[in-house]
Amino acid sequence: MADMAHLIEPVIPALRRYARTFVRGAGDADDLVQDTLERAISRWHQRRSDGDTRTWLFTILHNLAVNHLRRAARRGREVPLDDAGESDVAVPSTQEDALRRDDILGAVGQLSDDQRSVLLLVSIEDVSYAEAARILDIPIGTVMSRLARARALLLNLLEEQGKPASDRPHLRGVPHLRRVQ
Amino acid sequence: MSSHPITEDDLHGFVDHLLDSARRSEVQTYLDAHPEIAARIAAFSHQREALRVAAAPIADEPIPPQLNVRHLMEGRRRSQASSWRSMAASVLLLVVVGGAGGWSLRGTVVERSETSGIAALAQEAAYTFNVYGVDRSHPVEFGPTDKAQLVSWISSRTGRTVSVPDLTASGYAFMGGRLVATPHGAAGLLMYSNGQGQRLAMLARPMTIDRDTRMSEHSYGDINGVTWASKGTGFSLVGPAPADLLHPIADEVRRQEAGRI
Repeated sequence: MADMAHLIEPVIPALRRYARTFVRGAGDADDLVQDTLERAISRWHQRRSDGDTRTWLFTILHNLAVNHLRRAARRGREVPLDDAGESDVAVPSTQEDALRRDDILGAVGQLSDDQRSVLLLVSIEDVSYAEAARILDIPIGTVMSRLARARALLLNLLEEQGKPASDRPHLRGVPHLRRVQ
Repeated sequence: MSSHPITEDDLHGFVDHLLDSARRSEVQTYLDAHPEIAARIAAFSHQREALRVAAAPIADEPIPPQLNVRHLMEGRRRSQASSWRSMAASVLLLVVVGGAGGWSLRGTVVERSETSGIAALAQEAAYTFNVYGVDRSHPVEFGPTDKAQLVSWISSRTGRTVSVPDLTASGYAFMGGRLVATPHGAAGLLMYSNGQGQRLAMLARPMTIDRDTRMSEHSYGDINGVTWASKGTGFSLVGPAPADLLHPIADEVRRQEAGRI
C-alpha cells in the first residue's frame, strides 16, 4: 500500500499539468485528477504488472478528460478563444508572464482534442511516441501525423499575430478564431 | 550522409530529443543543407520550449489536499469500513438452476482461476452452485419459512443487509439459502427453483475492487451466469440455464435491489 503511494505521488504534478492544459479549467482539471487517483487506488490490482505506472495514470486521466469534454460540449459550454481568459489557465505570477502563458496555451486550446492531446503529452510531459500511442489507444503512425499537424497549426495560429512563437506568442484580439473541436 | 532518407518522423524526433546520437547528427547534417526545413524545425523547437515554460508553473504548485494520495487511500478505507457495517446494500445471492441434469455437473473442470474482482465472484458463484445447486437432500440451511433468520445470519456475517428478491414473476420460487465461504470472505447464497425443479442461485458479497461494474455473462463448465456489482456489493446469478435466459432475471434482481436502497 505504501508502495502504491510511492509510485503515484511523483506523477501527480504532471497529471495536474496535463489536465489543466488539456481541458483549460483549473477546477475541472483538479477534479479530473482526483477521479484519476481514486480510480487508480481502487483498481491498483488491475494494473498490468509489467506496465508503467505513469503511462497507466495518464491513460486513466486522458479517458476521463475526453469524456468530460464531450459532456461539456453537449451542454454547449464551448468557450470562444477570447473569453478563455487567465482564470482558465493562469497561475499566480506577474501579469506579463501570465499573459504570455495564456497566449500559447490559449492557442493550443484551439486545436482539436486529438491534436492537443498528442502535442501536450509529447512536448510537455516527455511521453515517448510509443507511450503516447498506448495512452491514446491509437497507432503510432496516427500519433506522428497528429503531432505534425498540431505543430504546424499551432505555428500558424501564433504567426497570425505577425510575430514568431518564441518571441511574443500573442493571440489576444483575434476574435474570429474559435476553438475547433 | 545517412543511408536512410530523413523522414518527417525523424524531424519531430529531433525536436523532441528522442533520436540516438548517430541519427541526430544525420538529421543535423540534413538540416544544415536545407535551411528552409531547418527554419521550420527551429520554430517547432521554440514552440516546444514555449509550451514547457508556459505549463511549468502548474507542476510547481503545491498539491492541493484533495489530491493527497494518502488521504484518498485513508478515505477509501473508512468508507469501505462504514459501508460494510451499515449500508443497506445487499449480499451476494447465489441462485442456481438445477434440475434433471444436476448431478452430471459434478466434476466439471474449471480451467481458469480468477483471483479478484467480479471475475472471482463469478467463479465463486459457479463453484457454489456446483456444490449446493445440485444437492437434493440439503441444498439450503434455512428454508423459505425461515427467511427472517436467514437474512439476519447473512447480514451479520457479510456486513450487508440482505434482501431476498422475489422472482415468482420469472417463474422461480424462493427455496432458501445459506452462508458460504469464499476466498474473499463470507457470501450469502439464495436458491430458487422453478416448477420443473430447475434451480438458480444468487451469490452476493461485499467487493473490495470492481465495486460498481456492469453486468457480464460467463460460463464455467456447464454453469452459466451473470455477474455485476453495485455500490460495493457484488451479485452473481448462476445456473445451467442459458445466459440469455439468466440475463433478464438478473435485470429483475438488480431492479429490485435498486428499488430497495
